[in-house]
Amino acid sequence: MIAQDLSGAVVAALGTVRDPELDESIVDLGFVTATTVADGRAEVRLRLPTYFCAPNFAYLMVADAYDAAMGVEGVDHVAVVLEEHFASDEINAGVAAGAGFVGSFPGEAVAELHDLRRNFQRKAHTACLERACRRLIKDGWTIEGLSLANLSDLPESPERDSLLRRRADIGLPVAEDSPVFVDDGGEPVPADQVPLRLKFARTVRVSMDGNAHFCRGLLTTRYPHAAADQRPRHPEQEASA
Amino acid sequence: MYSKDGEDYYIVDSHIALWDGREQNCRNIHGKQFIDCFYDYHKNLSPEDAVWPYDEYTYYGGERLMKDLFTDGYVDHAIFQPAALSAFYKSGFGQTEESWALTQKHPDKLTYNHNFDPRFEQAGLDQLRRDAKRFGLKGVKLYTAEWHGDSRGYKLTDPWTYKYLEACQELGITNIHVHKGPTIRPLDRDSFDVADIDAVATDFTDLDFIVEHVGLPRLEDFCWIATQEPNVHGGLAVAMPFIHTRPRYFAQIIGELLYWIGEDRIMFSSDYAIWTPKWLVEKFVDFQIPADLDEYAPLTTDVKRKILGLNAARLYDLPVPPELAIKIPAEPAAEVAVGASA
Repeated sequence: MIAQDLSGAVVAALGTVRDPELDESIVDLGFVTATTVADGRAEVRLRLPTYFCAPNFAYLMVADAYDAAMGVEGVDHVAVVLEEHFASDEINAGVAAGAGFVGSFPGEAVAELHDLRRNFQRKAHTACLERACRRLIKDGWTIEGLSLANLSDLPESPERDSLLRRRADIGLPVAEDSPVFVDDGGEPVPADQVPLRLKFARTVRVSMDGNAHFCRGLLTTRYPHAAADQRPRHPEQEASA
Repeated sequence: MYSKDGEDYYIVDSHIALWDGREQNCRNIHGKQFIDCFYDYHKNLSPEDAVWPYDEYTYYGGERLMKDLFTDGYVDHAIFQPAALSAFYKSGFGQTEESWALTQKHPDKLTYNHNFDPRFEQAGLDQLRRDAKRFGLKGVKLYTAEWHGDSRGYKLTDPWTYKYLEACQELGITNIHVHKGPTIRPLDRDSFDVADIDAVATDFTDLDFIVEHVGLPRLEDFCWIATQEPNVHGGLAVAMPFIHTRPRYFAQIIGELLYWIGEDRIMFSSDYAIWTPKWLVEKFVDFQIPADLDEYAPLTTDVKRKILGLNAARLYDLPVPPELAIKIPAEPAAEVAVGASA
Protein backbone atom coordinates (compact mmCIF):
# COMPACT_ATOMS: atom_id res chain seq x y z
CA MET A 1 0.00 0.00 0.00
CA ILE A 2 1.32 3.45 -0.78
CA ALA A 3 1.91 5.81 2.10
CA GLN A 4 -1.16 7.95 1.47
CA ASP A 5 -3.50 4.95 1.39
CA LEU A 6 -1.89 3.68 4.56
CA SER A 7 -2.43 7.00 6.24
CA GLY A 8 -6.09 6.90 5.16
CA ALA A 9 -6.39 3.40 6.56
CA VAL A 10 -5.02 4.60 9.90
CA VAL A 11 -7.51 7.49 10.00
CA ALA A 12 -10.31 5.03 9.22
CA ALA A 13 -9.12 2.83 12.07
CA LEU A 14 -9.00 5.83 14.41
CA GLY A 15 -12.60 6.54 13.43
CA THR A 16 -13.60 3.46 15.42
CA VAL A 17 -12.03 4.85 18.62
CA ARG A 18 -14.61 6.52 20.81
CA ASP A 19 -14.47 9.04 23.58
CA PRO A 20 -15.89 6.81 26.33
CA GLU A 21 -17.73 9.65 28.09
CA LEU A 22 -19.28 11.12 24.95
CA ASP A 23 -19.77 7.89 22.99
CA GLU A 24 -18.54 9.56 19.81
CA SER A 25 -15.64 8.90 17.47
CA ILE A 26 -12.47 10.84 18.30
CA VAL A 27 -12.15 11.67 14.59
CA ASP A 28 -15.67 13.14 14.44
CA LEU A 29 -14.98 15.10 17.62
CA GLY A 30 -11.91 16.71 16.04
CA PHE A 31 -9.53 15.20 18.60
CA VAL A 32 -7.18 13.77 15.93
CA THR A 33 -4.93 16.51 14.56
CA ALA A 34 -2.43 14.68 12.39
CA THR A 35 -1.73 11.22 11.13
CA THR A 36 1.42 10.37 9.22
CA VAL A 37 2.81 7.06 8.10
CA ALA A 38 6.34 6.53 6.80
CA ASP A 39 8.18 3.22 6.41
CA GLY A 40 5.48 1.43 8.38
CA ARG A 41 5.79 3.87 11.27
CA ALA A 42 2.57 5.68 12.13
CA GLU A 43 2.43 8.85 14.18
CA VAL A 44 -0.90 10.05 15.52
CA ARG A 45 -1.42 13.35 17.33
CA LEU A 46 -4.37 13.93 19.63
CA ARG A 47 -5.72 17.04 21.35
CA LEU A 48 -8.49 17.41 23.92
CA PRO A 49 -10.91 20.22 24.85
CA THR A 50 -9.04 21.14 28.04
CA TYR A 51 -5.65 20.73 29.65
CA PHE A 52 -7.43 19.16 32.63
CA CYS A 53 -9.63 16.58 30.89
CA ALA A 54 -9.86 13.51 33.14
CA PRO A 55 -6.58 11.56 32.77
CA ASN A 56 -8.20 8.13 32.88
CA PHE A 57 -10.45 8.85 29.88
CA ALA A 58 -7.54 10.53 28.10
CA TYR A 59 -5.46 7.42 28.67
CA LEU A 60 -8.20 5.17 27.23
CA MET A 61 -8.36 7.24 24.06
CA VAL A 62 -4.59 7.25 23.59
CA ALA A 63 -4.32 3.52 24.25
CA ASP A 64 -7.27 2.72 21.97
CA ALA A 65 -5.79 4.93 19.23
CA TYR A 66 -2.52 3.04 19.58
CA ASP A 67 -4.26 -0.33 19.27
CA ALA A 68 -6.39 0.82 16.33
CA ALA A 69 -3.40 2.13 14.37
CA MET A 70 -1.34 -0.94 15.21
CA GLY A 71 -4.13 -3.13 13.80
CA VAL A 72 -3.72 -1.64 10.32
CA GLU A 73 -1.92 -3.98 7.94
CA GLY A 74 1.40 -2.49 6.91
CA VAL A 75 1.87 -0.54 10.15
CA ASP A 76 4.49 -2.06 12.43
CA HIS A 77 5.28 0.82 14.75
CA VAL A 78 2.94 3.39 16.28
CA ALA A 79 3.56 6.56 18.27
CA VAL A 80 0.55 8.37 19.73
CA VAL A 81 1.22 11.85 21.04
CA LEU A 82 -1.34 13.50 23.31
CA GLU A 83 -0.67 17.23 23.17
CA GLU A 84 -1.05 19.93 25.81
CA HIS A 85 -2.51 17.88 28.64
CA PHE A 86 -1.28 17.92 32.22
CA ALA A 87 -0.58 14.18 32.07
CA SER A 88 0.74 14.07 28.46
CA ASP A 89 4.17 12.84 29.50
CA GLU A 90 2.91 9.98 31.67
CA ILE A 91 0.24 8.89 29.21
CA ASN A 92 2.39 9.07 26.06
CA ALA A 93 5.28 7.21 27.67
CA GLY A 94 3.02 4.68 29.38
CA VAL A 95 1.12 3.77 26.21
CA ALA A 96 4.35 3.58 24.18
CA ALA A 97 5.85 1.21 26.72
CA GLY A 98 2.69 -0.87 27.02
CA ALA A 99 2.80 -0.14 30.74
CA GLY A 100 -0.96 -0.14 31.30
CA PHE A 101 -2.70 2.55 33.31
CA VAL A 102 -1.28 1.48 36.68
CA GLY A 103 2.21 1.40 35.20
CA SER A 104 1.74 4.83 33.65
CA PHE A 105 0.73 6.37 36.97
CA PRO A 106 2.76 4.49 39.57
CA GLY A 107 1.36 5.11 43.04
CA GLU A 108 -1.62 7.06 41.73
CA ALA A 109 -3.75 4.26 40.31
CA VAL A 110 -4.54 0.88 41.82
CA ALA A 111 -6.43 -0.77 38.96
CA GLU A 112 -6.71 -0.83 35.19
CA LEU A 113 -9.61 0.93 33.53
CA HIS A 114 -11.81 -2.03 32.51
CA ASP A 115 -14.53 -1.25 35.06
CA LEU A 116 -14.54 2.44 34.16
CA ARG A 117 -14.86 1.61 30.47
CA ARG A 118 -17.62 -0.91 31.11
CA ASN A 119 -19.54 1.61 33.20
CA PHE A 120 -19.54 4.09 30.33
CA GLN A 121 -20.40 1.46 27.75
CA ARG A 122 -23.49 0.77 29.87
CA LYS A 123 -24.38 4.45 29.93
CA ALA A 124 -23.92 4.61 26.15
CA HIS A 125 -26.24 1.64 25.79
CA THR A 126 -28.84 3.31 28.03
CA ALA A 127 -28.75 6.51 25.94
CA CYS A 128 -29.10 4.52 22.70
CA LEU A 129 -31.93 2.48 24.19
CA GLU A 130 -33.80 5.69 24.96
CA ARG A 131 -33.35 6.97 21.41
CA ALA A 132 -34.56 3.64 20.03
CA CYS A 133 -37.62 3.72 22.30
CA ARG A 134 -38.46 7.24 21.20
CA ARG A 135 -38.33 5.98 17.67
CA LEU A 136 -40.77 3.19 18.51
CA ILE A 137 -43.09 5.62 20.33
CA LYS A 138 -43.08 7.82 17.24
CA ASP A 139 -44.11 4.72 15.27
CA GLY A 140 -47.13 4.23 17.53
CA TRP A 141 -45.89 2.10 20.42
CA THR A 142 -47.11 2.96 23.91
CA ILE A 143 -44.58 3.33 26.73
CA GLU A 144 -46.07 0.41 28.65
CA GLY A 145 -46.08 -1.68 25.47
CA LEU A 146 -42.33 -1.27 24.99
CA SER A 147 -41.68 -4.27 27.24
CA LEU A 148 -43.09 -6.42 24.41
CA ALA A 149 -40.93 -4.93 21.63
CA ASN A 150 -38.25 -7.10 20.05
CA LEU A 151 -35.28 -5.92 18.03
CA SER A 152 -37.15 -7.04 14.89
CA ASP A 153 -39.70 -4.29 15.64
CA LEU A 154 -37.04 -1.61 15.22
CA PRO A 155 -37.00 -0.39 11.62
CA GLU A 156 -33.72 0.12 9.77
CA SER A 157 -32.50 3.42 11.19
CA PRO A 158 -29.49 5.09 12.81
CA GLU A 159 -31.16 4.41 16.17
CA ARG A 160 -31.28 0.70 15.47
CA ASP A 161 -27.65 0.55 14.28
CA SER A 162 -26.43 2.46 17.32
CA LEU A 163 -28.37 0.29 19.72
CA LEU A 164 -27.12 -2.95 18.17
CA ARG A 165 -23.52 -1.78 18.36
CA ARG A 166 -23.82 -0.76 22.02
CA ARG A 167 -25.49 -4.06 22.86
CA ALA A 168 -22.63 -5.93 21.23
CA ASP A 169 -20.13 -3.82 23.20
CA ILE A 170 -21.49 -5.04 26.53
CA GLY A 171 -22.34 -8.55 25.46
CA LEU A 172 -26.12 -8.23 25.23
CA PRO A 173 -27.98 -10.39 22.69
CA VAL A 174 -28.47 -8.90 19.24
CA ALA A 175 -30.73 -11.60 17.78
CA GLU A 176 -33.89 -10.26 16.13
CA ASP A 177 -36.16 -11.99 18.64
CA SER A 178 -34.39 -10.44 21.67
CA PRO A 179 -36.38 -7.90 23.69
CA VAL A 180 -35.42 -4.24 23.15
CA PHE A 181 -35.94 -3.06 26.72
CA VAL A 182 -33.38 -4.91 28.83
CA ASP A 183 -31.34 -3.84 31.83
CA ASP A 184 -27.54 -3.72 31.94
CA GLY A 185 -27.43 -7.46 32.62
CA GLY A 186 -29.68 -8.29 29.65
CA GLU A 187 -32.78 -9.04 31.77
CA PRO A 188 -36.06 -7.89 30.18
CA VAL A 189 -37.65 -5.01 32.11
CA PRO A 190 -41.25 -5.73 33.23
CA ALA A 191 -43.96 -3.44 31.82
CA ASP A 192 -44.66 -1.71 35.14
CA GLN A 193 -41.01 -0.66 35.48
CA VAL A 194 -40.59 0.61 31.93
CA PRO A 195 -41.93 4.17 32.45
CA LEU A 196 -39.51 5.06 35.28
CA ARG A 197 -36.60 3.30 33.57
CA LEU A 198 -37.30 5.19 30.39
CA LYS A 199 -37.35 8.49 32.30
CA PHE A 200 -33.98 7.70 33.80
CA ALA A 201 -32.61 6.64 30.40
CA ARG A 202 -33.74 10.03 29.09
CA THR A 203 -31.70 11.75 31.80
CA VAL A 204 -28.64 9.71 30.81
CA ARG A 205 -29.13 10.71 27.19
CA VAL A 206 -29.60 14.41 28.04
CA SER A 207 -26.44 14.31 30.16
CA MET A 208 -24.34 12.68 27.44
CA ASP A 209 -25.69 15.00 24.75
CA GLY A 210 -24.89 18.01 26.90
CA ASN A 211 -21.36 16.85 27.60
CA ALA A 212 -20.79 16.32 23.89
CA HIS A 213 -21.96 19.86 23.11
CA PHE A 214 -19.79 21.31 25.84
CA CYS A 215 -16.66 19.38 24.84
CA ARG A 216 -17.11 20.14 21.15
CA GLY A 217 -17.56 23.82 21.91
CA LEU A 218 -14.58 23.99 24.24
CA LEU A 219 -12.33 22.30 21.69
CA THR A 220 -13.12 24.97 19.12
CA THR A 221 -12.58 27.71 21.70
CA ARG A 222 -9.22 26.25 22.67
CA TYR A 223 -8.23 25.49 19.06
CA PRO A 224 -10.15 27.85 16.76
CA HIS A 225 -9.31 25.83 13.65
CA ALA A 226 -10.72 22.65 15.14
CA ALA A 227 -14.25 23.47 13.96
CA ALA A 228 -13.21 22.52 10.44
CA ASP A 229 -12.04 19.10 11.69
CA GLN A 230 -15.25 18.27 13.53
CA ARG A 231 -17.96 16.29 11.82
CA PRO A 232 -21.57 16.97 12.80
CA ARG A 233 -23.13 14.71 15.37
CA HIS A 234 -25.08 11.76 14.05
CA PRO A 235 -28.66 12.56 13.06
CA GLU A 236 -30.20 10.41 15.78
CA GLN A 237 -28.17 12.30 18.36
CA GLU A 238 -28.80 15.75 16.89
CA ALA A 239 -32.54 15.14 16.72
CA SER A 240 -32.77 15.19 20.49
CA ALA A 241 -30.56 18.20 21.15
CA MET B 1 -33.89 42.73 42.84
CA TYR B 2 -34.98 42.15 39.30
CA SER B 3 -38.37 43.26 38.07
CA LYS B 4 -40.04 42.34 34.81
CA ASP B 5 -43.65 42.50 33.66
CA GLY B 6 -44.84 43.49 37.12
CA GLU B 7 -43.10 40.54 38.84
CA ASP B 8 -40.26 40.96 41.35
CA TYR B 9 -37.46 38.47 41.81
CA TYR B 10 -35.12 38.32 44.80
CA ILE B 11 -31.77 37.21 43.41
CA VAL B 12 -29.14 35.15 45.23
CA ASP B 13 -26.00 34.33 43.29
CA SER B 14 -24.94 31.23 45.18
CA HIS B 15 -21.52 30.76 43.61
CA ILE B 16 -19.10 33.65 43.02
CA ALA B 17 -15.35 34.13 43.26
CA LEU B 18 -12.76 36.83 43.58
CA TRP B 19 -9.74 35.15 42.07
CA ASP B 20 -6.21 36.03 41.07
CA GLY B 21 -5.09 34.06 38.03
CA ARG B 22 -2.40 36.52 36.96
CA GLU B 23 0.93 35.17 35.84
CA GLN B 24 2.70 36.60 38.89
CA ASN B 25 0.47 34.47 41.14
CA CYS B 26 0.98 31.24 39.18
CA ARG B 27 3.17 28.71 40.92
CA ASN B 28 3.63 26.64 37.75
CA ILE B 29 2.26 25.84 34.29
CA HIS B 30 -0.85 24.28 35.84
CA GLY B 31 -1.91 27.65 37.27
CA LYS B 32 -1.65 29.28 33.85
CA GLN B 33 -3.52 26.37 32.22
CA PHE B 34 -6.24 26.51 34.87
CA ILE B 35 -7.12 30.16 34.30
CA ASP B 36 -6.85 29.63 30.54
CA CYS B 37 -9.32 26.78 30.83
CA PHE B 38 -11.71 29.05 32.78
CA TYR B 39 -11.29 31.69 30.09
CA ASP B 40 -12.25 29.14 27.43
CA TYR B 41 -15.40 28.30 29.39
CA HIS B 42 -16.15 32.01 29.56
CA LYS B 43 -15.55 32.65 25.86
CA ASN B 44 -17.31 29.51 24.69
CA LEU B 45 -20.62 30.09 26.48
CA SER B 46 -20.94 33.89 26.91
CA PRO B 47 -22.80 36.18 24.50
CA GLU B 48 -20.27 38.06 22.41
CA ASP B 49 -20.89 41.40 24.13
CA ALA B 50 -20.30 39.83 27.56
CA VAL B 51 -16.79 38.50 26.78
CA TRP B 52 -13.99 40.15 28.78
CA PRO B 53 -10.45 40.84 27.63
CA TYR B 54 -8.10 38.15 28.97
CA ASP B 55 -6.10 40.44 31.25
CA GLU B 56 -9.21 41.75 32.98
CA TYR B 57 -10.40 38.19 33.39
CA THR B 58 -7.31 36.98 35.21
CA TYR B 59 -7.86 39.59 37.93
CA TYR B 60 -10.74 42.04 38.35
CA GLY B 61 -10.77 43.12 41.99
CA GLY B 62 -13.53 43.94 44.44
CA GLU B 63 -14.82 47.13 42.87
CA ARG B 64 -15.59 45.49 39.57
CA LEU B 65 -17.15 42.53 41.37
CA MET B 66 -19.54 44.85 43.24
CA LYS B 67 -20.51 46.57 40.00
CA ASP B 68 -21.00 43.40 37.95
CA LEU B 69 -23.10 41.72 40.61
CA PHE B 70 -25.02 44.44 42.43
CA THR B 71 -25.07 47.52 40.20
CA ASP B 72 -25.48 45.84 36.82
CA GLY B 73 -26.38 42.24 37.66
CA TYR B 74 -29.58 42.58 39.78
CA VAL B 75 -28.09 40.42 42.55
CA ASP B 76 -29.37 40.99 46.11
CA HIS B 77 -26.96 38.65 47.85
CA ALA B 78 -23.97 36.61 46.68
CA ILE B 79 -21.99 33.80 48.27
CA PHE B 80 -18.25 33.33 47.85
CA GLN B 81 -17.26 29.75 47.04
CA PRO B 82 -13.47 30.00 46.92
CA ALA B 83 -11.23 27.31 45.45
CA ALA B 84 -7.84 27.17 47.18
CA LEU B 85 -5.76 25.50 44.43
CA SER B 86 -2.63 26.01 46.51
CA ALA B 87 -0.68 23.61 44.31
CA PHE B 88 -1.20 25.97 41.34
CA TYR B 89 -1.20 29.50 42.84
CA LYS B 90 1.10 31.23 45.30
CA SER B 91 -1.60 33.03 47.26
CA GLY B 92 -4.27 30.53 46.24
CA PHE B 93 -6.82 31.05 43.48
CA GLY B 94 -9.75 32.46 45.49
CA GLN B 95 -8.45 35.49 47.38
CA THR B 96 -9.40 34.92 51.00
CA GLU B 97 -8.32 38.23 52.54
CA GLU B 98 -9.71 40.37 49.75
CA SER B 99 -13.02 38.50 49.70
CA TRP B 100 -13.34 38.67 53.47
CA ALA B 101 -12.57 42.40 53.56
CA LEU B 102 -15.25 42.97 50.93
CA THR B 103 -17.72 40.82 52.88
CA GLN B 104 -17.09 42.84 56.05
CA LYS B 105 -17.67 46.03 54.11
CA HIS B 106 -20.96 44.75 52.62
CA PRO B 107 -22.30 42.17 55.08
CA ASP B 108 -25.85 42.65 53.79
CA LYS B 109 -24.79 41.76 50.26
CA LEU B 110 -22.06 39.14 50.66
CA THR B 111 -21.51 35.88 52.51
CA TYR B 112 -18.05 34.38 52.71
CA ASN B 113 -17.75 30.61 52.57
CA HIS B 114 -14.31 29.16 53.07
CA ASN B 115 -12.84 25.80 52.10
CA PHE B 116 -11.12 22.89 53.80
CA ASP B 117 -9.05 19.97 52.63
CA PRO B 118 -9.24 16.81 54.77
CA ARG B 119 -5.75 15.77 53.64
CA PHE B 120 -4.36 18.35 56.07
CA GLU B 121 -5.72 16.01 58.75
CA GLN B 122 -5.53 17.34 62.33
CA ALA B 123 -3.81 20.63 61.45
CA GLY B 124 -6.55 21.39 58.89
CA LEU B 125 -9.24 20.48 61.39
CA ASP B 126 -7.80 22.93 63.91
CA GLN B 127 -7.66 25.54 61.15
CA LEU B 128 -11.31 24.90 60.25
CA ARG B 129 -12.31 25.68 63.84
CA ARG B 130 -10.39 28.95 63.71
CA ASP B 131 -11.83 29.80 60.28
CA ALA B 132 -15.38 29.07 61.45
CA LYS B 133 -14.93 31.55 64.27
CA ARG B 134 -13.18 34.22 62.22
CA PHE B 135 -15.54 34.18 59.23
CA GLY B 136 -18.74 33.11 61.04
CA LEU B 137 -19.01 30.31 58.50
CA LYS B 138 -22.42 29.04 57.38
CA GLY B 139 -20.94 27.08 54.50
CA VAL B 140 -17.83 25.60 52.93
CA LYS B 141 -16.77 24.89 49.39
CA LEU B 142 -15.04 21.58 48.75
CA TYR B 143 -13.18 20.83 45.56
CA THR B 144 -12.51 17.10 45.55
CA ALA B 145 -10.15 17.20 42.56
CA GLU B 146 -7.69 19.54 44.29
CA TRP B 147 -4.05 18.46 44.06
CA HIS B 148 -2.20 18.06 47.33
CA GLY B 149 1.38 16.80 47.35
CA ASP B 150 1.30 13.55 45.38
CA SER B 151 -2.45 13.17 45.78
CA ARG B 152 -4.80 14.06 42.93
CA GLY B 153 -7.96 14.35 44.98
CA TYR B 154 -10.07 12.87 47.76
CA LYS B 155 -13.50 11.52 48.51
CA LEU B 156 -16.16 12.67 50.93
CA THR B 157 -16.18 9.17 52.35
CA ASP B 158 -12.51 9.29 53.39
CA PRO B 159 -12.20 8.89 57.19
CA TRP B 160 -10.69 12.34 57.64
CA THR B 161 -13.50 13.98 55.66
CA TYR B 162 -15.94 12.47 58.16
CA LYS B 163 -14.07 14.16 61.01
CA TYR B 164 -14.31 17.49 59.22
CA LEU B 165 -18.02 17.03 58.54
CA GLU B 166 -18.59 16.16 62.20
CA ALA B 167 -16.84 19.42 63.06
CA CYS B 168 -19.14 21.24 60.60
CA GLN B 169 -22.16 19.84 62.46
CA GLU B 170 -20.74 21.06 65.74
CA LEU B 171 -19.79 24.50 64.36
CA GLY B 172 -23.08 25.15 62.60
CA ILE B 173 -21.54 25.02 59.12
CA THR B 174 -24.59 23.49 57.48
CA ASN B 175 -24.07 24.21 53.78
CA ILE B 176 -21.52 21.89 52.19
CA HIS B 177 -20.93 22.89 48.56
CA VAL B 178 -19.25 20.10 46.64
CA HIS B 179 -17.51 20.63 43.35
CA LYS B 180 -16.34 17.54 41.51
CA GLY B 181 -13.41 17.87 39.16
CA PRO B 182 -11.39 15.86 36.68
CA THR B 183 -8.96 14.16 39.08
CA ILE B 184 -9.32 12.01 42.15
CA ARG B 185 -7.19 9.45 43.90
CA PRO B 186 -6.97 6.71 42.83
CA LEU B 187 -6.93 7.92 39.25
CA ASP B 188 -8.63 4.82 37.88
CA ARG B 189 -11.99 5.83 39.41
CA ASP B 190 -14.51 8.14 37.79
CA SER B 191 -13.64 11.40 39.53
CA PHE B 192 -17.03 12.93 38.69
CA ASP B 193 -18.89 10.10 40.41
CA VAL B 194 -21.27 11.53 43.03
CA ALA B 195 -21.78 8.29 44.98
CA ASP B 196 -19.75 9.62 47.92
CA ILE B 197 -22.21 12.52 48.24
CA ASP B 198 -25.00 9.96 48.55
CA ALA B 199 -23.16 8.31 51.44
CA VAL B 200 -22.44 11.47 53.44
CA ALA B 201 -25.93 12.88 52.82
CA THR B 202 -27.32 9.77 54.49
CA ASP B 203 -24.87 9.94 57.38
CA PHE B 204 -25.19 13.71 57.97
CA THR B 205 -28.89 14.43 57.62
CA ASP B 206 -28.60 17.79 59.41
CA LEU B 207 -26.16 19.11 56.79
CA ASP B 208 -27.20 20.27 53.32
CA PHE B 209 -25.05 19.19 50.39
CA ILE B 210 -25.14 21.49 47.39
CA VAL B 211 -23.73 19.74 44.36
CA GLU B 212 -22.22 22.36 42.09
CA HIS B 213 -22.87 22.14 38.35
CA VAL B 214 -25.88 19.93 39.24
CA GLY B 215 -23.48 17.03 38.97
CA LEU B 216 -22.50 17.78 35.35
CA PRO B 217 -21.00 15.91 33.59
CA ARG B 218 -22.94 13.28 35.57
CA LEU B 219 -26.38 14.88 35.66
CA GLU B 220 -28.10 11.50 35.71
CA ASP B 221 -26.17 10.23 38.73
CA PHE B 222 -26.84 13.49 40.57
CA CYS B 223 -30.58 13.33 39.83
CA TRP B 224 -30.74 9.74 40.98
CA ILE B 225 -29.16 10.38 44.39
CA ALA B 226 -30.91 13.72 44.90
CA THR B 227 -34.34 12.09 44.52
CA GLN B 228 -33.51 9.89 47.47
CA GLU B 229 -31.70 12.37 49.73
CA PRO B 230 -33.77 15.43 50.73
CA ASN B 231 -30.63 17.24 51.92
CA VAL B 232 -28.97 17.13 48.48
CA HIS B 233 -29.40 20.25 46.35
CA GLY B 234 -28.24 21.32 42.90
CA GLY B 235 -26.29 24.48 42.08
CA LEU B 236 -26.77 25.67 38.50
CA ALA B 237 -23.21 26.96 37.93
CA VAL B 238 -22.02 25.94 34.43
CA ALA B 239 -25.53 24.76 33.48
CA MET B 240 -26.91 28.33 33.39
CA PRO B 241 -25.00 29.76 30.40
CA PHE B 242 -26.37 27.06 28.08
CA ILE B 243 -29.50 29.22 28.18
CA HIS B 244 -27.73 31.36 25.58
CA THR B 245 -25.74 28.91 23.44
CA ARG B 246 -27.98 25.85 23.68
CA PRO B 247 -31.41 26.92 24.93
CA ARG B 248 -33.04 23.61 24.06
CA TYR B 249 -30.41 21.73 25.98
CA PHE B 250 -30.85 24.13 28.90
CA ALA B 251 -34.59 23.40 28.80
CA GLN B 252 -33.85 19.70 29.03
CA ILE B 253 -31.54 20.12 32.02
CA ILE B 254 -34.07 22.26 33.90
CA GLY B 255 -36.84 19.88 32.89
CA GLU B 256 -34.91 16.88 34.18
CA LEU B 257 -34.04 18.62 37.45
CA LEU B 258 -37.62 19.70 38.09
CA TYR B 259 -38.83 16.21 37.34
CA TRP B 260 -36.37 14.40 39.61
CA ILE B 261 -35.73 16.76 42.51
CA GLY B 262 -38.50 19.37 42.29
CA GLU B 263 -38.47 23.15 42.46
CA ASP B 264 -37.24 23.63 46.04
CA ARG B 265 -33.67 22.37 45.75
CA ILE B 266 -32.28 24.08 42.65
CA MET B 267 -30.16 27.21 43.03
CA PHE B 268 -29.15 29.88 40.58
CA SER B 269 -25.51 30.87 40.27
CA SER B 270 -23.43 32.67 37.69
CA ASP B 271 -20.11 31.12 38.73
CA TYR B 272 -18.87 34.71 38.56
CA ALA B 273 -16.52 35.69 37.02
CA ILE B 274 -16.69 32.77 34.61
CA TRP B 275 -20.00 34.34 33.64
CA THR B 276 -21.75 37.53 34.75
CA PRO B 277 -25.24 37.46 36.31
CA LYS B 278 -26.85 40.28 34.30
CA TRP B 279 -27.55 38.39 31.11
CA LEU B 280 -28.19 35.10 32.91
CA VAL B 281 -30.92 36.63 35.11
CA GLU B 282 -32.53 38.46 32.19
CA LYS B 283 -32.57 35.38 29.99
CA PHE B 284 -33.78 33.06 32.75
CA VAL B 285 -36.74 35.26 33.64
CA ASP B 286 -37.69 35.36 29.94
CA PHE B 287 -37.07 31.65 29.45
CA GLN B 288 -39.72 29.08 28.69
CA ILE B 289 -39.43 25.38 27.89
CA PRO B 290 -40.12 25.01 24.14
CA ALA B 291 -43.63 23.74 23.45
CA ASP B 292 -42.44 20.69 21.52
CA LEU B 293 -40.49 19.42 24.54
CA ASP B 294 -43.86 18.48 25.99
CA GLU B 295 -42.43 15.84 28.29
CA TYR B 296 -41.46 18.70 30.61
CA ALA B 297 -43.78 20.91 32.64
CA PRO B 298 -43.74 24.66 31.86
CA LEU B 299 -41.55 26.93 33.98
CA THR B 300 -43.80 29.12 36.15
CA THR B 301 -42.95 32.51 37.63
CA ASP B 302 -42.99 31.02 41.13
CA VAL B 303 -40.56 28.28 40.13
CA LYS B 304 -38.24 30.90 38.64
CA ARG B 305 -38.44 32.92 41.86
CA LYS B 306 -37.45 29.92 43.94
CA ILE B 307 -34.54 29.02 41.69
CA LEU B 308 -33.28 32.59 41.38
CA GLY B 309 -33.15 33.28 45.09
CA LEU B 310 -35.70 31.92 47.51
CA ASN B 311 -34.20 28.42 47.75
CA ALA B 312 -30.73 29.74 48.59
CA ALA B 313 -32.26 32.33 50.96
CA ARG B 314 -33.77 29.46 52.94
CA LEU B 315 -30.44 27.62 53.25
CA TYR B 316 -28.55 30.78 54.23
CA ASP B 317 -31.33 32.37 56.29
CA LEU B 318 -31.21 35.58 54.24
CA PRO B 319 -33.68 38.42 54.88
CA VAL B 320 -36.04 38.36 51.91
CA PRO B 321 -38.45 41.31 51.42
CA PRO B 322 -41.73 40.39 53.19
CA GLU B 323 -43.88 40.53 50.05
CA LEU B 324 -41.71 37.77 48.54
CA ALA B 325 -40.85 35.88 51.70
CA ILE B 326 -44.23 34.17 51.84
CA LYS B 327 -43.17 32.20 48.81
CA ILE B 328 -40.11 30.68 50.48
CA PRO B 329 -40.62 26.94 50.34
CA ALA B 330 -40.75 24.79 53.46
CA GLU B 331 -38.04 22.18 54.05
CA PRO B 332 -38.35 19.62 51.26
CA ALA B 333 -39.20 16.04 52.17
CA ALA B 334 -37.71 12.88 50.68
CA GLU B 335 -39.41 11.48 47.64
CA VAL B 336 -38.26 8.92 45.14
CA ALA B 337 -38.99 11.18 42.17
CA VAL B 338 -40.83 14.41 42.61
CA GLY B 339 -42.22 14.30 39.11
CA ALA B 340 -43.16 10.64 39.32
CA SER B 341 -45.29 11.22 42.42
CA ALA B 342 -47.16 14.22 41.01
